[in-house]
Amino acid sequence: MLGTGIVNGMVQTAKNFLGSFHDAERMVTVQYPEQRLPIKENYRNFPFLVHDGNDPDAGLRCVACKTCETECPAECIFIEMLRDPAGKPAKRPKVFDIDISVCMGCQICVEVCPFDAIKMDQIFEIATTDRFNPLLLKKEDLIKSNDYYHSLHPIEASEVDARLEADRQKKLAAAAAKAKAATPAAG
Amino acid sequence: MTLSLQGQPLGTSTRLLDGEADGSILEVSMGPHHPSTHGVFRMNVALDGETVVKLKPVFGYLHRNHEKIAESISYLGSIPYSDRLDYFCSMTNNWAYVLSVEKLGGFAVPERAEYIRVIVAEMTRLLNHGCLIGFLAQDLGAMGTPLMYAFRQREKILDLFEALTGARMMCNYMRFGGVRVDLSPEWLQAVRKLVDEYPAFIDELEALLSENEILKPRLQEVGVLSRELAVQAGVTGPGLRASGVPYDIRKVDGYGVYPRLQFRVPIGEHGDCYDRYMIRLLEMRESLVLLKQALDQIPAGPFTNPQIKLRNLRPKAGEAYGRIEAPKGELGFYLISDGKGEPYRYRVRPPSLINLTPLEDMCLGQNIADVVAILGSIDIVLGEVDR
Repeated sequence: MLGTGIVNGMVQTAKNFLGSFHDAERMVTVQYPEQRLPIKENYRNFPFLVHDGNDPDAGLRCVACKTCETECPAECIFIEMLRDPAGKPAKRPKVFDIDISVCMGCQICVEVCPFDAIKMDQIFEIATTDRFNPLLLKKEDLIKSNDYYHSLHPIEASEVDARLEADRQKKLAAAAAKAKAATPAAG
Repeated sequence: MTLSLQGQPLGTSTRLLDGEADGSILEVSMGPHHPSTHGVFRMNVALDGETVVKLKPVFGYLHRNHEKIAESISYLGSIPYSDRLDYFCSMTNNWAYVLSVEKLGGFAVPERAEYIRVIVAEMTRLLNHGCLIGFLAQDLGAMGTPLMYAFRQREKILDLFEALTGARMMCNYMRFGGVRVDLSPEWLQAVRKLVDEYPAFIDELEALLSENEILKPRLQEVGVLSRELAVQAGVTGPGLRASGVPYDIRKVDGYGVYPRLQFRVPIGEHGDCYDRYMIRLLEMRESLVLLKQALDQIPAGPFTNPQIKLRNLRPKAGEAYGRIEAPKGELGFYLISDGKGEPYRYRVRPPSLINLTPLEDMCLGQNIADVVAILGSIDIVLGEVDR
C-alpha cells in the first residue's frame, strides 16, 4: 500500500524520540560546558615539555638536540641551544617555541624524542581572540612537571619513569665498572 | 544556439556557454558553497528548463599541495598528512600509504598488526557508509534525522578510535611494519559490543529509508551508470559494484589477511542511485561479518616490526604502488624512491576524484534536483578530490 514505507519510517523516528525520555542509550548528547564527558587517557592534542623534580630549569629533560624540530611534519617547533659565554653548548634550550596554531597534534615529536622530554597535553579550551601571541607557546608555557604528566597519562608515564630509571641504573653501573677498571691501573 | 567550450583551449575558462545565452539555455553555477556539494565543489550546469544539457565540474578550491609537501618531508612525516586526504577515513588512508612504503622497502608486517589493521579499516568502512547514507538523505531533503542517527553511531566508533589512538578523526595510527600502539583486551571487548549492537542500527536505517515512497522515486532510475562506462572511466569501489562489476581489491589483491577471512561482495544490478545506496547497506553488513572473524582470530604477538627504524628511513631506489579497497574505492599511493630520506615522487590515486569523472554522463537528461542525488550517491570527500 502506498505510504507504508513512510509510516514505518515515522515509527522508527517515534521510537527514538520517545525512547530518549527513558532510555539513556538513546539520549546521546551532553550539555557542554555544564556537563562534560571524561577525557580519555590516550587523548592528545598539543605537546609540552616534562621536567623532573621541583625546579623547572634544572630538571628539564630536553637537551635541545633538535630531533623533534627536524622531524615535525608541520614545522611548528623552533629550538635554539643555550650557550655559555665561551660559545660551548649547554645542552639546554634557550628558546623552545611551539606554534600551536600550526601544530596538528600528530605526536611524531613524542615518538622520535630520545629523552622522553616532550609529551602530549590535553588542554583544549584555548580559544582566543588574538590570532598570534597566545597561540605561540614559549618555553615557560610549555614546561610542566612530571606529576602533571602522571595525572594525564598514568600508565604511559609510569612506563616512561621505569624506563628512565633503568637507563640511569645502567649508566651508574657502567660508570662504576669503569671506575673499578681504572682503579688498579692507577694504583 | 550551439553549446561549445568557448572555442578556447580546454581548462582556460570555467564557463560553459558561448556568448550571451538567448534565454532558452540557462547556465547555473552550483557551488562552491552549495550545501549538497559536500565541501567546496562547484558544478557549472547548463539547463534547458529543468533538464541538464551540459555539466562541468570545477574543483581545486581545497588544494593543499599534499603531494609536493610529501616530497619534501620524511617518509614518517607523511602519515599524519595522509589522514587529511579523506578526513572521514584516516585509518584506510594510513594503511594505503604504509602499504606502499612497505612494498617499497620490502618490510614484513607481524600477523597481529595485520589483524589490527583489518579491524580498524572495517570500522572505518562502517562509519563512512553510515554517514554517506545520512548525507544522501540530507541532500534529498530529509533534514537531519537519518544523518543524526548515522552520526550517533559514528560517534561510538570515533570514541573507540580516540581511546585507541588519542584522536577521533586524525588518528595517525599506522606505522611502517605495524601500528603505533597495541590494542588492549578491554578495547577489543568494546569493539565486540559495538559489532553486536550495530545490526540494530542498520535495520533501523533500512526501516527508515529503504521502502520510503519519497526516497525511492528520487533514487531509482536516476543517474544510471552503465557497466561499460563505469569500467572505462576507472570508477572503483561501491559505485562500480553497484553497476554490476564484481571487483573488490580485498578479493583481487588479497592484501593483509583478507584472503583468510570469509566475506561476500555485494553486486548491484541497475547502476542507479538506489543501487549505490543499497550497496552501502549491504557492505556494512559484510564489514560486520569481517569484524567478527577478525576479532575471533586475532593472535597474540608483536604489533610492530622492531627492525624498521622510525626515523631516517631510506628505502633503496625503486618504485612501488600500494593500493587498498578504501570505503570510497581504490586508494593507491605511487612512490618513487631515489635512496634519499624523502620520496622522489609521491602520487595519490584518489578514489573520490576518479569516481567523479563520469558525473556529466550520469547527469545528462536528468532534472537539476537529481544532480544533487547523483553527486550524493557517488560519495566524494573534497579533501581527497583536491588534495
